[in-house]
Amino acid sequence: MDRQTTTTSQTPVVTTEALTKKYGDRVAVDRVSMTVLRGEVYGFLGPNGAGKTTTLRMLLGLVRPTAGSASIGTNRIGALIEGPGFHPYLSGRDNLRTVARFRGFADAEVERVLERVDLADRATDKYKGYSLGMKQRLGVAAALMGDPELIVLDEPTNGLDPAGMADMRALVVDLARGGQTVLLSSHLLAEVQEICDRVGVINNGRLLRQSTVAEMRGGSSLRVRATPEPEALAVAMRLAGDEGVRRTPAGLALDLPADAAPHLIRELVAAGVDVLEITPAERSLEEVFFEMTSPQLSSVPEMSSAEKEPVS
Amino acid sequence: MSTMTAPVDIGRATRAEMLRLRKWPAVWITLGTWLALSLMFGYLFNYLSYATGDNSFSNEGATKATLLAEMMPANAPNVFLQGMPMFGGALMLVLGAIVAGNGYGWGTWKTVFSLGVHRSGAILGSLAALTVFVMATLVTSFVFDLGLSMLVATTESQDIVMPSLDSVAEAAGAGFLVLEMWALIGFALGTIARGPALSVGLGLVWALVVENLLRGVGQLLDWVDTLTMVLPGTAGGSLIGSIVGLDGADTAPGILDTVSGPQAAITVACYIALAAVVSIVVVRRRDVA
Repeated sequence: MDRQTTTTSQTPVVTTEALTKKYGDRVAVDRVSMTVLRGEVYGFLGPNGAGKTTTLRMLLGLVRPTAGSASIGTNRIGALIEGPGFHPYLSGRDNLRTVARFRGFADAEVERVLERVDLADRATDKYKGYSLGMKQRLGVAAALMGDPELIVLDEPTNGLDPAGMADMRALVVDLARGGQTVLLSSHLLAEVQEICDRVGVINNGRLLRQSTVAEMRGGSSLRVRATPEPEALAVAMRLAGDEGVRRTPAGLALDLPADAAPHLIRELVAAGVDVLEITPAERSLEEVFFEMTSPQLSSVPEMSSAEKEPVS
Repeated sequence: MSTMTAPVDIGRATRAEMLRLRKWPAVWITLGTWLALSLMFGYLFNYLSYATGDNSFSNEGATKATLLAEMMPANAPNVFLQGMPMFGGALMLVLGAIVAGNGYGWGTWKTVFSLGVHRSGAILGSLAALTVFVMATLVTSFVFDLGLSMLVATTESQDIVMPSLDSVAEAAGAGFLVLEMWALIGFALGTIARGPALSVGLGLVWALVVENLLRGVGQLLDWVDTLTMVLPGTAGGSLIGSIVGLDGADTAPGILDTVSGPQAAITVACYIALAAVVSIVVVRRRDVA
């Protein structure tokens, strides 16, 4: 289920224009222009090494862009970038107190965020004794300090167990309900699909697409397993158009509504094609992501022999 | 560009850094090491030589009367200063290097900077907190030395003659300059190296070995001799030497008379300013991973 957009305005809070970062000859981020709107949860997706963290670092001023610009329309920012960084010999509470002093917050704010991430009971423990999940939660606590308007979370669920992931998901949804803008980088696509309003997909340093989750996933489709495939493909392309047919490991995916299935079956049978399976389906964000970032998957030469077996 | 960084507030940054420094065992270990060295080389070995009548490397044949006089309260400012060019400087260099460098290894600078804290303010706050600890080290060390000297005087039934305020002030000023210089050089090295290990290693090799070697080479090559006059070890050693004086083979290691006291003080002050500026400029300009 996609998150319903209820609080998003059209005012951009984060804007980048042709943001570029080069390390020598290697282009880590290539002319990325993205916009995050006030009050939305924006999912920033990409494979490892795609340029997500470098982009976020440029946004936060940690890394200087080689070219382009990034602007943030608020000074109230919280961020957790590529894992938490704290003093191992200090307790969780003292680490947050250090951050609070740097930022001019009272100690009461430390207690508030400790409660928020459910770390109050372990606040006096040394950071070096924390589990990975607790360290991650402490990093989120530091990001939540001062009730920021914009929260940038880079892989916040890293190291969390399933319950911790669910808590983090609930936290992000809660933040968005409170009107805070969340820029979330994550590998967990189902999670992003569930909680994000809009997503941007980056690969090899380039922003491939930026849209709402619904637009990204496209409309409903029909999944067809049929043989012989070339004839099936020809019929499919005639009905759905060249752009409306994709070859996937599971068969053909056609951008057609579910009620087009009877007509499609008739056309396939008339063309001498055996229809093994036809299923109405919605593409998940994960499927779209892999299609965008793994070109080889969108041009699978033929189905596996197992998929050619007729359904008995 | 991003508009996120908050205005510089050095006071807030100093308080933040003070919190983490005073709870850091490494800081107290450094201070404890310095006090232990002061105890051993300032009083313990001298007192044992005085009490047993044996010569040791630390008294170099001094008479018992001389040994006792050196341990009296009036001489406490000199004892306080004698270890600074060598051991005190090295320890402060280590402290400065770990204060700056560990923040990169632990990712704490990244955390602070990503939350909108202005880089210059954060570094100035860290330098200020480090300076507070240098001053605390000075005060603790002097009180410790004075206490030990009074203990020796009482034990040996000597009159307790306190050092003059002028000599205390002079020793405190010179000691502060030397320790602050090495602490900030360590901070700059830790910043440049983005970690404590390399900066501590290189700093100690420089302070304890390379400068001494260069001074040796300087006796053969004029231009090297000129160069050594502006090196930090020469400046620090000469500043201390201008106060405690050189006493032949009895002179503590690192104490020199290569340049005059005022010239040495100016050179040391320049190194303090240079190290602070380098640290801030490097942090402001670099990418933080």
